[in-house]
Amino acid sequence: MPIQVKRLLMVFGLFIAIMAVLIYFLTPESWGEFGHYRGLALKEIADKEVKHVDVNETCAMCHDSISATFASGEHKSINCQNCHNVGYKHVEDPTKENIVKPEVTRDFCLRCHAKNPARPENYIKQVDAIEHNKDKVCINCHNPHKPWE
Amino acid sequence: MGIKKENVTRRDFLVKSGTIAGGVFFASLLSPFKGVYATKEPEGDGVWYGIGIDIEKCIGCASCARACKNENDVPKEPFFFRNWVEQYTITNNEEIKVISPNGGIDGFTQTVPEKDIYKTFFVPKMCNHCEKSPCTQVCPVGASFESPEGLALVDQNYCIGCGYCVQACPYGCRYIHPDKGVVDKCTLCYHRLTKGLDPACMLACPTRARIYGNLRDKDSEISKFIRDNNCVVLKPQLNTGAKLYYNSLNQEVR
Repeated sequence: MPIQVKRLLMVFGLFIAIMAVLIYFLTPESWGEFGHYRGLALKEIADKEVKHVDVNETCAMCHDSISATFASGEHKSINCQNCHNVGYKHVEDPTKENIVKPEVTRDFCLRCHAKNPARPENYIKQVDAIEHNKDKVCINCHNPHKPWE
Repeated sequence: MGIKKENVTRRDFLVKSGTIAGGVFFASLLSPFKGVYATKEPEGDGVWYGIGIDIEKCIGCASCARACKNENDVPKEPFFFRNWVEQYTITNNEEIKVISPNGGIDGFTQTVPEKDIYKTFFVPKMCNHCEKSPCTQVCPVGASFESPEGLALVDQNYCIGCGYCVQACPYGCRYIHPDKGVVDKCTLCYHRLTKGLDPACMLACPTRARIYGNLRDKDSEISKFIRDNNCVVLKPQLNTGAKLYYNSLNQEVR
């Protein structure tokens, strides 16, 4: 075999050996369990903390009177945590500090109820923010838990 | 030593080329051409998630975007979204205007006067969890992958933050997390799904415009939704195999 081919083969062999060592030491555990990725990653993503508590019934365990009012009103399809923010801390340790009491300004209600031609009429009641009692706050007349009381 | 020169006759050359060409042709008959898939075609009988969004029911309140940010620690700045809502306005002059102030979280204000509007509607957007996702194909380290449930996920401990997948996603559904320096995206709340809970955006939607479910189960809510409605996906020409189905979507939506 010519000397230059012999040397080339040696260099190739060396590279392949280095690659084999690197692959052995650097491939993470559980690689390729389900595919071309770390199988443990699925578990890591699944282990993240759940922040929205299950359903509105969880809130009803303590706040039963508000829940009853709420369930009979037009807002019943809204999750409590849409306005009061996530409740995972409040469920563990119910204090006033770890749940949000929304600052019910006009803008807060108008996020959903502002008149907009894109909003389907049959799914949401809309008000003309400029015409409708312009200087008043919505909750002066409407109870947010039962808006047509 | 030295290179031995060989004189190749024309006959030899033609015979050899013919043999090679014929060999390649017969080898291709043995394993015929198949479509190129980024991942395996769906097989098996596990859960295979799909998402449905009913445009007619969307009131554009962006509760979904807000709930997602709260659930998944998405930065509150207006450039980082796992899902968001856009308002499309088609004017009488056939101009298409798309607005999405802070992903819809700050509320929408219609700037086009009502007499000029031909049609207007909201389009909530999120990860399509494509079956042949372009984003997982380009990942150089295998940190972006498709889970056995058909969800495009990111292994944040393994991601190097090169941002290649951010550019590859045709729907703009990925971003680099400013604190972690790695890619973040919708997981369809995988941590909730595995505990038997609904994803945060589905929980928050007041009109049930968003649904999800097992596409392999022919009686699931999502299968019924796709069967009963005239559903389309975004950018079907890219052949991404998107699994986010929109009901009554206008063809102007990009």
